Amino acid sequence: MESIPYEHGLILAAILFSCGLVGVLTRRNIVFVLMSLEVMLNACGLAFVVASARWGHADGQIMFMMILTLAAAEVAVGLGLIIQMYRRYHTVDISVLSEMKG
Amino acid sequence: MLEWIGLLPLFPLLGFLALTLTGGKPGNTSASLIGVGSIALSFVLAAAISYEFLRSGASSHTQLLWNWMRVGDFTPAFSFYLDGLAVVMILVITGVGLLIHLYSTGYMTGDPSFARFFAYMNLFVASMLVLVLADNLVLLYLGWEGVGLCSYLLIGFWYQKPANGYAARKAFVVTRVGDTSMAIGLFVLFTQLGTLNIQEVLTLAPQQWSVSSGVAVAAAALLLGGAVGKSAQLPLQTWLPDAMAGPTPISALIHAATMVTAGVYLIARTHILFELAPQVQMLVAVLGLLTLLMAGFTALTQRDIKRILAYSTMSQIGYMFLALGVGAWSAATFHLMTHAFFKALLFLAAGTVILSLHHEQDIFKMGGLRKRLPLAFWSFLIGSAALAALPFTSGFYSKDEILLAALAQPQYGIILWLGGVLGALLTAIYSFRLVFVVFYGKELPQHDHEPIREIRGIPMAAPLVILAALSVLGGFIAVPVGAVFGAAEAEPYHASTLIHAIMIAVPLLGVGISYLIYGGHAIAATNLSKLERIRQSAAGAAITRFWFGGWGMDALYDRLLVRPFIALAHLNRKDIIDTGYASIAAFTQAGNNLLVRTQTGNLRWYSISMIGGLIIVIAVGVWR
Amino acid sequence: MILLFYLAAAFAIVATIFVITSAHVVHALVYLIISLLAVAVIFFVLGAPFAAMLEAIVYAGAIMVLFLFVMMMLNLGQATENEERSWLRPRVWLVPALMILILLGQLVFVLWQQQTDMTPVEVGVRKLSILLYGPYLLAVELASMLLLAGLISAYHVARK
Repeated sequence: MESIPYEHGLILAAILFSCGLVGVLTRRNIVFVLMSLEVMLNACGLAFVVASARWGHADGQIMFMMILTLAAAEVAVGLGLIIQMYRRYHTVDISVLSEMKG
Repeated sequence: MLEWIGLLPLFPLLGFLALTLTGGKPGNTSASLIGVGSIALSFVLAAAISYEFLRSGASSHTQLLWNWMRVGDFTPAFSFYLDGLAVVMILVITGVGLLIHLYSTGYMTGDPSFARFFAYMNLFVASMLVLVLADNLVLLYLGWEGVGLCSYLLIGFWYQKPANGYAARKAFVVTRVGDTSMAIGLFVLFTQLGTLNIQEVLTLAPQQWSVSSGVAVAAAALLLGGAVGKSAQLPLQTWLPDAMAGPTPISALIHAATMVTAGVYLIARTHILFELAPQVQMLVAVLGLLTLLMAGFTALTQRDIKRILAYSTMSQIGYMFLALGVGAWSAATFHLMTHAFFKALLFLAAGTVILSLHHEQDIFKMGGLRKRLPLAFWSFLIGSAALAALPFTSGFYSKDEILLAALAQPQYGIILWLGGVLGALLTAIYSFRLVFVVFYGKELPQHDHEPIREIRGIPMAAPLVILAALSVLGGFIAVPVGAVFGAAEAEPYHASTLIHAIMIAVPLLGVGISYLIYGGHAIAATNLSKLERIRQSAAGAAITRFWFGGWGMDALYDRLLVRPFIALAHLNRKDIIDTGYASIAAFTQAGNNLLVRTQTGNLRWYSISMIGGLIIVIAVGVWR
Repeated sequence: MILLFYLAAAFAIVATIFVITSAHVVHALVYLIISLLAVAVIFFVLGAPFAAMLEAIVYAGAIMVLFLFVMMMLNLGQATENEERSWLRPRVWLVPALMILILLGQLVFVLWQQQTDMTPVEVGVRKLSILLYGPYLLAVELASMLLLAGLISAYHVARK
């Protein structure tokens, strides 16, 4: 089996993370923001697994499991919040959420 | 008995505390009992102590009460020093004070703040006793400030009227100028001599300073500043006439008999310093002479009965200063004592007149009260006789001594003597003007419904009688100050019979002139109308206005000091210093207004700012 | 193997870009699923089969399906899509893309310095389980508590 330079794995994680970040910063639809957050979380998990593969142990995978758990809980609560927001404001535009101004 | 000298100011002080802490709730009778009783106790004690002291023949007695403070080498103590001068002062203060307190119980009946009055009076007597008994200048300054405070409180006693408050403030501020001068004098004494104990100062100063040296002149001049303020002499005399806004008993006690004599006491106490600075001593005499003449002329034009008496006080203290200036220390003390008697008598009698006429104070609204107010009339007659120094009154002997001492002065004696004689003439004229206008002549119709009855009662009559007796007989009391001023006293003054004759004749001449103009009979009426016509003329009106306004000093101070100060305050109405502090708040506010724009409430804005921070942090981490 | 790695990487990147630039919600979600599956393949290549399985089953299978259900519930419709398009003018992408490029540049700069080759060794389920029941026992319990908390708060927040 050939070897894979594992910096490339980390660079891939970086690129995916940046894409997710652009999505968070740019999109006005809150659903897309949540999706981009998922992308970012996924990229972090990728970085962990790549690291654990380099050292040949399973700690990174366990970390990935924790991240997964976290993502699940976060999505659940986040979607609940989106539903509540849609009921209240009848739109999914996040710029209406500026009551904390000042 | 001598060791109980510490109780002397304690009784009035306890009276003050009792009256203040109970707030007068127990009622007027108990307030009078406490107020008068404490002074009576002090008087009895003072008499006993003085008797024992004089009988023992000692020259002085020092009583240490407690150590006051200890700052490095400076350890003033609360200790009392008794000698002949102090004996005179405590007897005058407690004796005349007792009579005036007794009078006040009658005068102030019906006043809602009865207890407060006696509380302040007691505090005043306590402070004055501390002042005259003080062993060191710091304790003296304590008493000095205490009497100043009580003067303020009592002038503004009827504080509901704003004018009284202004008068009290004016008195306090003007005397403050003097107090500051005195404080600086104390600093000079301390830095040069290292002690403020009076006897030590008086022994060290001649050893270390030469006559007319700069530091002696400075110390003496600064102390003179303090004395001038408290005793209402030129240039700090403007407060005394306005101080008549207070109740008449306090005008009698504070502004006639005791507080205004504090300056005289101070100079007499520190007489050695003044002898070391002859220029300053001459200045004392000159100031006294100018003041007595100025006040005399002013009193000729006044209409308010109390203001006439106030200017006459100013004038008589000028005589005392004149005596001090020529080195006649015991003559000054003697005049202080006799002046206390007859001036208190005059003020108390004036109080009777004012009260009987339901608070009328303009003498030209009174007339012919001889029959209706007999006690007041006789008191005024005796008091004015003593004031004018008619023969065989106490005032005659004391003023005589002063004028003889002035004449004996080597350089300017004759000028001082002539000024004093002119002052005596004026005194006789204005004092008997008062008597004739008020008590002789036609009775003016009264506008009030109530007839004039003399207000009498033992509390008000007895003091008048006693003071009248003292005004006549007090001239035979010898003040026991020989030991105090020992070497400084010159030989008894010899003068020719002519001089004595002149000094007897001049006051009688003044009475005559006054009788001719104000006597209330036909010739007087013609003379009075002639005088009025002179007064109506341009020059006459100008002179009258000038003399009436205290020789323009009030207007001068107003223009020189008050108006620039008000202008400055107006400039600073935004209060620069407060603006400085407010600007701190303003800066913070502005900073907040600037920074709060970052709180847009917009989610994407927050994310971008977070990313921005992240970039910067990573950059720093990478490039380090 | 290497080829599979780079191929899957390319797929992931492209799919992610389509996720963030799409105007239609469901399309974006599907692209996201593709991206996740590509990452699962990468995991498999790197010798982490359990992680790959978890990614596929839990992430792509459960979480994204949850997303889809909620989107269908919201029923956003055509109007939202038009609005979405109007928001996605090129001008909007400028500043964020710039900042992210800088960030990416920094990260890549750091990572490019090293050069470590690795030969993927398969880390099986057995090793994983031993670790889970050993040192990371507490982590498991905490994870379950987290899920419980998430369950309750999601129910509470979304209530009418």
